[in-house]
Amino acid sequence: MRRFAQLFAAIDETMRTNEKVDAMVDYFRSVDPADAAWAVWFLSGGRPKRLIPVRRLAGWAMEESDVPDWLFAECYDAVGDLAEAMALLLPDAESSADIPLHRWITERLLPLANKSEEEQRASVVQSWRELGGTERFLWNKLITGGLRVGVSQQLVVRALSRATGVDEGVIAHRLSGTWLPRAESFTALMAEETSDADVSRPYPFFLAYALEGEVDALGDATAWQAEWKWDGIRAQVIRRNGQTFIWSRGEELVTDRFPEIAAAADFLPDGTVIDGEIMPWKDGKPLAFAQLQRRIGRKSLGGAILTEVPVVLIAYDLLETAGRDIREEPLARRREMLVAVVAEARSTAFVPSPVVSMDAWDDARAAHAGARDRCAEGLMLKRRDSTYGVGRRKGGWWKWKVQPFVIDAVMIYAQAGHGRRASLHTDYTFAVWDDGVLVPFAKAYSGLTDAEIQELDRWIRANTVEKYGPVRHVKPVHVFELGFEGIQPSPRHKSGVAVRFPRILRWRTDKSPEEADTLATLRGMMT
Amino acid sequence: MTLLRLAERGLYCEAGDFYIDPWLPVERAVITHGHGDHARWGSDRYLSSREGEAVLRTRLGASATIRPVDWGDPVDVNGVRVSLHPAGHILGSAQVRVERHGEVWVASGDYKLEPDPTCTPFELVRCHTFITESTFGLPIYRWTPDREVFAAIRAWWRQNLEHGRASVIFGYALGKAQRLLAGLADADIGPVYTHGAVERLNRDYRRGGVRLAATQYASAMPRGHSFAGGLIVAPPSAAGSTWMRRFGTISTAFASGWMRVRGARRRRAVDRGFVLSDHVDWPSILTTIEGTGAERVWATHGTREPLVRWLTERGIEAKVVASQWKGEEDTDPVEVAGEEITA
Repeated sequence: MRRFAQLFAAIDETMRTNEKVDAMVDYFRSVDPADAAWAVWFLSGGRPKRLIPVRRLAGWAMEESDVPDWLFAECYDAVGDLAEAMALLLPDAESSADIPLHRWITERLLPLANKSEEEQRASVVQSWRELGGTERFLWNKLITGGLRVGVSQQLVVRALSRATGVDEGVIAHRLSGTWLPRAESFTALMAEETSDADVSRPYPFFLAYALEGEVDALGDATAWQAEWKWDGIRAQVIRRNGQTFIWSRGEELVTDRFPEIAAAADFLPDGTVIDGEIMPWKDGKPLAFAQLQRRIGRKSLGGAILTEVPVVLIAYDLLETAGRDIREEPLARRREMLVAVVAEARSTAFVPSPVVSMDAWDDARAAHAGARDRCAEGLMLKRRDSTYGVGRRKGGWWKWKVQPFVIDAVMIYAQAGHGRRASLHTDYTFAVWDDGVLVPFAKAYSGLTDAEIQELDRWIRANTVEKYGPVRHVKPVHVFELGFEGIQPSPRHKSGVAVRFPRILRWRTDKSPEEADTLATLRGMMT
Repeated sequence: MTLLRLAERGLYCEAGDFYIDPWLPVERAVITHGHGDHARWGSDRYLSSREGEAVLRTRLGASATIRPVDWGDPVDVNGVRVSLHPAGHILGSAQVRVERHGEVWVASGDYKLEPDPTCTPFELVRCHTFITESTFGLPIYRWTPDREVFAAIRAWWRQNLEHGRASVIFGYALGKAQRLLAGLADADIGPVYTHGAVERLNRDYRRGGVRLAATQYASAMPRGHSFAGGLIVAPPSAAGSTWMRRFGTISTAFASGWMRVRGARRRRAVDRGFVLSDHVDWPSILTTIEGTGAERVWATHGTREPLVRWLTERGIEAKVVASQWKGEEDTDPVEVAGEEITA
């Protein structure tokens, strides 16, 4: 546990990405694979189920630290984090045996599930006596199921890759899907030989950067394939060993949510993986994203909603065929195979992504201008010779959205509005990432529905980190898609840029703050 | 009529017609210590500990009328017996003992119990009424021994040295900065540089016989001087200023009791937080109150309400007194994004 606490502290104590990666590399190289497996799981956002109600846990902490509940509440308020407040209040540790992380999990944490309340109490109190400082804080985070470590999945993958020399793409692939924190899994993760047999495992999604500047800069238009950029749910449909799996980009298994597609996938040949976009689609045309949201919101899918909002998979790409990973093949070749595979399934649930015919960039511009009319967000431009990469890479693929400038930013400050909105927090300050730090760059007031404003206002009140006069500094949690009309360099602003008419386009509840854009992207928009 | 009471200009002794750490100008001011919220400019006459005189003069200017007194030496002020006793907070920091007709009051100013090399250690003074600070008046605040904190600071510096970085540690210019420098006086540590605000007060400390690590004034270094491997001691207000640019690649740290809480460090946006406080922690506040034998306790600044409630529940007459003293604030002026940004 001590080594894991050191890793946590090292990551927590620096804003520099490289140092976070260094700390992880060092850890992965030096610890028992059983420990490393759990660390990977936690760093990737894995959470153990909460085994003890928080209230009960807090009660034990109060008794152990001899603090009445009102004082406990004051402390909690001052700290802002229950696990930390308990760790700080409890008496200093008595013993300091260093038990490895995996044993804490398997011998102490998980068995809590099958214990009586009295046994749970004895076990937890004992652990508090054994652990001090950061270790105790982390332990409390584990018990409450709230451990968060400030690294993105991409950084974990990078660190694992550096620790072993195994390619980042291979690591990412091995980690995707359901990855269990066991020593064998970690050893397999680090193994040079690829013999991954997990039939359900998707490939990491290849993502495009937003096109910045003029499309002509991409060179010869005929070297590119243009497709509509759809606003649905990016997904991979996998058919292997006679089974079907549908994974969303958030790496959730959503097979049951889209029975039309799952049924159609049964007719795909074994060893097929298609990347596409799940779109609400009726009479050969897309429906609005809001319709799809209606459907996503349902717990069970009745016949009515399936009739009202049928979905299809707009097939973008073929990643695997006849059990062979073809991501390194050029796009033009993959496209041919994709069309053939989809035709073979003979289902209306698969629609090969329409290619916009284009001889020159003017054709693309004309199509781009009309994208909204087709319910598309813009165009995707993919080099015909591009491979299917891992994560977000520059060069081969670009997304060319309709709005001149769109960016995903994190809300960091909020302030009450005026007039009708006087009691509501409606003025927001947004930030983008710059070397691990969120830099504010724009304020926006409009773009949300009244219901969203109400919801956000409640969240802001409950998640204020600090108040400076009327301004509330909130936890950097919520990501919003902002649109704006122009961007200029500005020495007066911390970010170095000033944007014109910023507004909220969408509350990206599907994105985590780590996925927000960077200042470099923002600066890159200035031409 | 109580011996001391809160008046418009500060904590007032009517019988002796003097104030303790007034926030507005008065005729007679008894000063506990030189921090800005306690030693305000503009009063006619000041009474200070001899140990604290130089710091107070740096603060108030050469023209201020300051009468220094030795520890424990009683001074008669209009029939009230006033004496100063070490508070262990910073150089010259005093508790003010006020006595009349056998009734004794003690105003603590800011204090801490653990001895450190920069000032005379805290002296426990018996009294009927104890006026205490409560900057860290919650049981989550418990300090670790200085030895461990300084070992951690050295380890951090060494790690930065290995990475070719300069180590910048922020601490209040008066008191904390010198405590850091005294704690590192014998440490095998690279060249130590200071911010001007710190260096000015170092002089007073050195004259007062406090041994500090050898320092160089950072701004006096020639252009292009490499600070890599050095340790820079600067006030928190220097963070993010253009003055910082000269240091090249840096790691930053903040030394304060507030660093006990992770969120406080993260809000400061420093790499490291070292829990080093010049104020009493929760257990020490309680020990002190018990030791004074006081029947009545006033809490003047910090997290007052929980302390008062805690004491009241234990049969001690306690109340909150709304002074304008601040102790050590978690939030000194923070840039508000709203002022920074125009669409």
